[in-house]
Amino acid sequence: MARGDRVHPYIPNSVPEVKANMLAEIGIDDIDTLYEDIPAELRLKEELNIPDGITSEMELARHLENLLSQNTTCRDNISFLGAGCYQHYVPAICGEIAGRSEFLTAYAGEPYEDHGRFQALFEYQSLMGELLETDVVNVPTFDWGQAASTSIRMAGRITDREVILIADTISPDRLQVIRTYCEPVMKIELVGHSSSTAGLDMEDLSKRLDDSVAGLYLENPSYFGTLEENGRAIADPLHANGSVFVVGVDPLSLGVLAPPSQYGADIACGDIQGLGNHMYFGGALGGFIGTRDEEKYVMEYPSRLFGIGKTERAGEWGFGDVTYGRTSFAVREKGKEFVGTAAALHGITAGVYLSLLGPEGMRELNQNIIQKSQYAMKRISELEGVGIRFKAFHFKEFVVDFSATGRSVEEINRALLADGIFGGSDLEADFADLKGCALYAVTEVITREDVDRLVDRLAAYLS
Amino acid sequence: MEIQRGSRLRNFHQAKWDEEVIFELSTPGERGIHVPEVETEISDAVGDGLSRIPTAMRRKTPPALPEVGQMRVLKHFLRLSQQTLGADFNVDIGQGTCTIKYNPKINERIAGAPQAMDIHPHQDESTVQGALQVMYELDLFLREISGMDRFSLQPSSGSDAILTMAAIMHKYHEVRGEAATRDELITTIFSHPSDAAAAAVKGYKIITLYADEQGMPDLEALKAALSQRTAGLFITNPEDIGIFNPRIPEFTRMVHEAGGICGYDQANVNGIMGITRAREAAFDLCFFNLHKSFGAPHGCGGPGAGALGATEEMADYLPVPLVGLDGERYYFDYEVPHSIGKVRSFWGAFSVILKAYAWILSMGAEGLKEAARIAVLNNNYLLKKITEIYGATSPYTGGKRRIEQVRYSWQKLYEETGVDTHDVTLRLADFGFHLWQSHHPFVVPQPFTIEPTESYSKDELDEYLDGLRHVVQEARTEPETVKRAPHNSVVHKIDESSFDDPEKWAVTWRAFIKKHGEAAAKIRG
Amino acid sequence: MKTLGLIVNPVAGMGGTVGLKGTDGPEILERAEQLGAVPQAHKRAARALAALLPHSDNFELLTFSGVMGEKPAAECGLKPQVIGSGSSPRTIPEDTIRAAGQMADRGVDLLLFAGGDGTARDVCGAIGTSVTVLGIPAGVKIHSAVFASSPPAAGQVAASFLGGEIVRVKEAEVMDIDEEGYRRGILSARLYGYMTIPDGRRLLQGLKAASAPDERAVQMAIATGLIESMADDRCYIVGPGSTCRPLMEMLGLEDSLLGVDMVRGGRQIGKDMSEREILEGMANAECSLILTPVGGQGFLLGRGNQQISPEVIRRVGKENIIVVATPEKLTSLRGRPLLVDTGDIETDSYLCGYYRVVTGYREAAVYRVSCYA
Repeated sequence: MARGDRVHPYIPNSVPEVKANMLAEIGIDDIDTLYEDIPAELRLKEELNIPDGITSEMELARHLENLLSQNTTCRDNISFLGAGCYQHYVPAICGEIAGRSEFLTAYAGEPYEDHGRFQALFEYQSLMGELLETDVVNVPTFDWGQAASTSIRMAGRITDREVILIADTISPDRLQVIRTYCEPVMKIELVGHSSSTAGLDMEDLSKRLDDSVAGLYLENPSYFGTLEENGRAIADPLHANGSVFVVGVDPLSLGVLAPPSQYGADIACGDIQGLGNHMYFGGALGGFIGTRDEEKYVMEYPSRLFGIGKTERAGEWGFGDVTYGRTSFAVREKGKEFVGTAAALHGITAGVYLSLLGPEGMRELNQNIIQKSQYAMKRISELEGVGIRFKAFHFKEFVVDFSATGRSVEEINRALLADGIFGGSDLEADFADLKGCALYAVTEVITREDVDRLVDRLAAYLS
Repeated sequence: MEIQRGSRLRNFHQAKWDEEVIFELSTPGERGIHVPEVETEISDAVGDGLSRIPTAMRRKTPPALPEVGQMRVLKHFLRLSQQTLGADFNVDIGQGTCTIKYNPKINERIAGAPQAMDIHPHQDESTVQGALQVMYELDLFLREISGMDRFSLQPSSGSDAILTMAAIMHKYHEVRGEAATRDELITTIFSHPSDAAAAAVKGYKIITLYADEQGMPDLEALKAALSQRTAGLFITNPEDIGIFNPRIPEFTRMVHEAGGICGYDQANVNGIMGITRAREAAFDLCFFNLHKSFGAPHGCGGPGAGALGATEEMADYLPVPLVGLDGERYYFDYEVPHSIGKVRSFWGAFSVILKAYAWILSMGAEGLKEAARIAVLNNNYLLKKITEIYGATSPYTGGKRRIEQVRYSWQKLYEETGVDTHDVTLRLADFGFHLWQSHHPFVVPQPFTIEPTESYSKDELDEYLDGLRHVVQEARTEPETVKRAPHNSVVHKIDESSFDDPEKWAVTWRAFIKKHGEAAAKIRG
Repeated sequence: MKTLGLIVNPVAGMGGTVGLKGTDGPEILERAEQLGAVPQAHKRAARALAALLPHSDNFELLTFSGVMGEKPAAECGLKPQVIGSGSSPRTIPEDTIRAAGQMADRGVDLLLFAGGDGTARDVCGAIGTSVTVLGIPAGVKIHSAVFASSPPAAGQVAASFLGGEIVRVKEAEVMDIDEEGYRRGILSARLYGYMTIPDGRRLLQGLKAASAPDERAVQMAIATGLIESMADDRCYIVGPGSTCRPLMEMLGLEDSLLGVDMVRGGRQIGKDMSEREILEGMANAECSLILTPVGGQGFLLGRGNQQISPEVIRRVGKENIIVVATPEKLTSLRGRPLLVDTGDIETDSYLCGYYRVVTGYREAAVYRVSCYA
C-alpha cells in the first residue's frame, strides 16, 4: 500500500476490517503466522529495492506512455524489415476480437464453460487446414521455431531415426531455436544450397540420405525469400529413403502458392504472426503444424488438437480434445515434449483474419505483395552496383547485394534511418558469403511511393 | 434450478447462440475485407505478378476458406467470445496452480499503443530505446524479487523456461566435460509435470521423488537419488499442494555437493513475493511466469512469458541477447560467453513483458509483498471454510500452513454419494464457477485445487464457498442433479466417443466432411 | 443398448459383522449365522444400483433370481431379466461361478458383482479378463483392486462406463488372503489373478498439460527401457504381476502372469518356476531380479511370489533387484513405503532402503522399501 494506508485497487482484502475478520475466522492474529513454515534463514530481512508503486492509473499510464514514446514505429517510418516478423495490415476486427475480455482472460475451462474458446480454436485449425490442405492442424505453439522443432522431433519418432537434415537457407535465429529443442536427442546436419538460386543442393541431399535420416527440414520460401521449385524432386528421394519431408512455410503466401502438401511434404509448419497479429517487437509469434490425418502422425503431436463432434442434442456442435491421453506409437518417448501455455490468442486472431480474407482476399493479398516485391526488386536492381542476390521467384522477401557499392549494410541502413527508412536486415553476421547483403521485405503496407523513396535515397547515398 | 435469494449464488447463464461453424456461414461472393489494388505504375512495370510463379509452385485450387461479410464475421466471433468464461467475469479461484489474478485493463491499453505493437525486432536499437528500457528494468525488478543476478525474458512460458534451464544445465556440464555422464534430472511428484517433460526434451532421464506421508518430498530419497550421474534438481516450492518445504536449503546443498545444478520452478511464487527468495535457498536458476504471477492475462492459453533468472556464474549460459545499459543507452548484449543460443525467435513475448512490467510498477515493493500476504490470507481463509464442508478434506494438513493454494480431495464425498470431482466441476459451471482437479497422475484422490490469489474480495470468496456448499448439499440429497450437470451450459452433453476414434475424429472442418459427409455438416435448414 | 450383469454374493460380509474376518466356507457361514449375522450384501448392492436407476433406459440388466440380484434390483425399481437361479436354501461359490460364466456367454458389457475378495476370486476363476467387471465392496476382505471405493462409487463408475464417459479399461489385481491364517493373526494375501475393470479416469477437457498415457502404454515404456538395459550374458528373473508382462511380450516370450519366469540372452529359460528351479536356473550366471509391487499395500515380496525365497534373494544381491511400477501404482500408496515380507526377518531388513523404481522409459522414482511388521 503505497502512499499511506490507501488500499491498492488490485487488492480488495487489504481493507483492515476485512483482514481482521478473515484472520479471526482462521483463528490467528497475524498473517505472519501463515508463514511460520518458512525457516528464518530463508526470510527476506530487508524490503525489495523496487520503486514505490505508481498506484494511480493516470500516473502509471503517463509514465509508461512517456517511456514508450522513445520508440519510433514502423508506422512512423517506412520499414523493409522482415526476417520472420512482418508488418502486414491488421484488420480492425482482429484487434476487436483479440481484445475481448472473454478470450483475453480465459484459460483452461471445460468445454461446457468455454465452448466458444474450443470452437474458435477448432475453427482456427480448420481455416489453417484449408490454407495448408492438411486435415490436421494443432493449436498454436510458441512460434515457428518450436513448431519446426516439434515437427522434427515428430519425424524422429515416426521413423525411429535420429538424423535431421536441414536446408541451410533456414533463418539462423530459428536454427538456434531448433538446436536448443532438438539436440542432443536429434543430430542436425545442414544441406547446402545453390549459390545462384538458393535452391536445395540436390547432390548434397542425395549424398546424405541413408537409413539414419529421419527427414529433411526445408523453409519455403527460404530465409532469403527464394521459392524452392523442386519440391516434388526433393520429396521423392526422401520418401524412397523412408524419411519425412518437413516444410516450413509462410502461411500468408498460400493464397496463390502451392501448399507444401501439394508437392509431397509430410509435415508443414510455420508462423501465424502475419495473420492478423501485430509485430510486438517480434513477440506476437505463434507456430502451426499441419499433417495428414493418419494415426501415426496424429499420435506424435505433443500439442492439443481440438475436434468437432455432436452433443446429446441433435443439431448442436460440441468440441473437445482429440485423442485425449495421446499415446505415442513410439513408446520410447512417452512424454513427447511438453504442453502448456503457448499462443492460443494469436491463433484465434489468425482465425478471424482468415475468415475475413477468404479465398479471394488471400489471392488479392498475395498478388499485391508479389507485384510490390517484384517492383521493389526491379527498381532496386536498377541502381548502380546493386543487385538481387538470388535468381529465383521471390514472394515478399529478397536479398539485396550492396557489396559492389563498397558500402556496408550497416552504413547504408544508418543513412536510410536518418531519412525515416528502416533498411533490410544485415545478413553479414550470419552468412559469411553474404557480406554486403541485406534481407528486404515488402508487404502490402508498402506503397509505390515508399519503394520509390527508398530507391531515391539509396541512389543519393550510394552515388 | 432457480436459486432463491438469500444465497450469494447467481442464476447464471451464458449467452447461448447455438452458433454455426464459420464455414457454414459462407456465401460465395461475400467479402470480409478488401485488399488495396496496386498502383498502375507497379502493374505496368511488373505485370500481374502471378504469372511469374513457377508452374509447379502454383496453387491448384484456391483455399476453401469461407466467404463471409464483415459484420457477420464480427458477430460470429463475438458470439463465440460470449460463450467463453473469461476470468474477467467470474470468481476464478478454482484454477489452482495457475494464479488467475486481475489483469489490469490499463496494461492492455498501454500494450495497445503503436509504440508497442508496431515495432519490429530488427529495428535499430536507437529506435526502440523505450522497449529496451522496459526489458532492462523488468530484469532489475525480477533480480530483486528473486535475489538472482540476471534475467533472460526470452522463454515463451514456464515450460519453455524449464527447457531453457535444462539446456543451461546441459551446457554447464558440457563445459566441464561431464555432459555425457551427468544425464539424470531429479524432480518431485508435486512439481509441475513440465519440470520432467521439458527436461526430457533435452534427453535427460527423469528421477522423481515421491511425497512422503506428510506430502513432503523425501530427503532420504534425494540422498539415494544423487550420484555422479546427477545433472541437477528442478523443484517447485511451495509445491502444488501449497506446503512450503522448509528443508529446501538441504536439498540444494546436497545437490550442489553432488555436482548438480538447482533450478527453482517459481510458478507458485505468488504467496512468497518479498517474503523469501531463490537466492537465500541457494538456487542457481529460477523462473517466473509473467502471465500469471505478474498480472498478464492467460489469453485462452498464451501468449505467456517465462522470465529466467541466474546467479552470476550461471548468467554466462543464458540465451542471447540480454539487455544492457552502457550508461546512457540500452543495447542488446550478446557477450554471454557460454550462451545456450536461443529458445525463441527474437527477444521474447514483448506484449506480456510490458504488461508484467506495468503491473510491478503499479504494485511497488510494498504492494508486491501485500499481494503475497493477502493471497496467503485468502487461501487459508478458504482452507478453513472448505474443510468445514461435508465431504471435502485437505490431505497432508498435518499442522502445516498452506501458502497460496491447496489441493483438496472429494474422496469422502465420492464414497458417500458417488458424486466425483468431475461431477462437482460440471455442476459448479452452472453457477459460473470453474474448478480444476490436478495434474495426472492424481496423487490426491478425487482432487481439486484452489488458488484464490489476492484479487478477489472476501465477499466473492464467500460466493464461491456458497457454490461448493450448494453442490455438496445436492450431492447428498439429489445426486443425479449433480451427475447430470451441467444444466445451464450453452452445450449439452458432448459425445466424446468420436474424439478417440481415428475413423471419426475431426480436427478440421475438411476432415469432418471427409469422414462424415457433406450431409452431416449441414445441421441447419 | 448396453447389457449389464449383476451378481450378488448374498452372504458376503456376514463374517465381518460378527468378527470372523471373512465368510469363506459353509462352516464359517453357519457360525456367523449362529452369532447373529444378517445378510447385508444386497443392501450394499442396492446402494450401487441406485446410481444406475436414472440411466435404466440405456441398459438391460441380467441377473440371477432372488437375493443373487433380482431382489436388490427390484428394490431399486430396476426390472432385471432373470437368467438363472442360485442354490437353495443357501447359495454357494459355484453359483457365482455359474452366473459369471453365463453372463460372459451373453456378452455383457459390464459385470457388477457385490462381494469381497472371495467372490472376486470366484468371478476371476470363471471369466478371467474376458469381461469388464467391477466390484461393489460388500465383503469382509477387500484387498483386490477390482473394487470401487464404495457402493455409490461403484454405481457411479458403472453408469459412466455404460454411458460412454469412461471408455478405457485396465487390468486390476485379484488378491485374497488365507482366512484361516488371518483368523490366527497371520496375514498372507496373495496375488490370485487379474480382471479387467473400467479405467475410472474420466475424460476431462480442462487440461493444462498433456494428460498421462494409459497404463498399458506406461507398462510398454517401462519394458522398452528394461530391454535396452538388458545384458546378453545376464540372467533375468521376472516376478509376477501385469507390469512385468509387456517385458516378456516385447521379448516375444511367454509370461506366466502369476508365476516367476526366467530370461537370458533374449531366450526363455524357465516359466512359472519353483524356488528350486529358480536356484538351478541361476547357476553359472549373474542374475537380476525384476519385481513389481502387488496389491493395494504395495508388496514387493511375500504376496504371491514366495518362490522368490530368501535364498534366491541372497544369491541375486540387493543391488541387482530392479523394481518396476507405474506412477499410478506408486501414487496410490499415498506416501507409504513399498513392503517386503519374505518370512525371514534378516532378509527383510537386508532388503529395506531406497530403490530406484523404473516408472517409464528413461524415467524412475526413488522410493522407500520397508519391512512388513
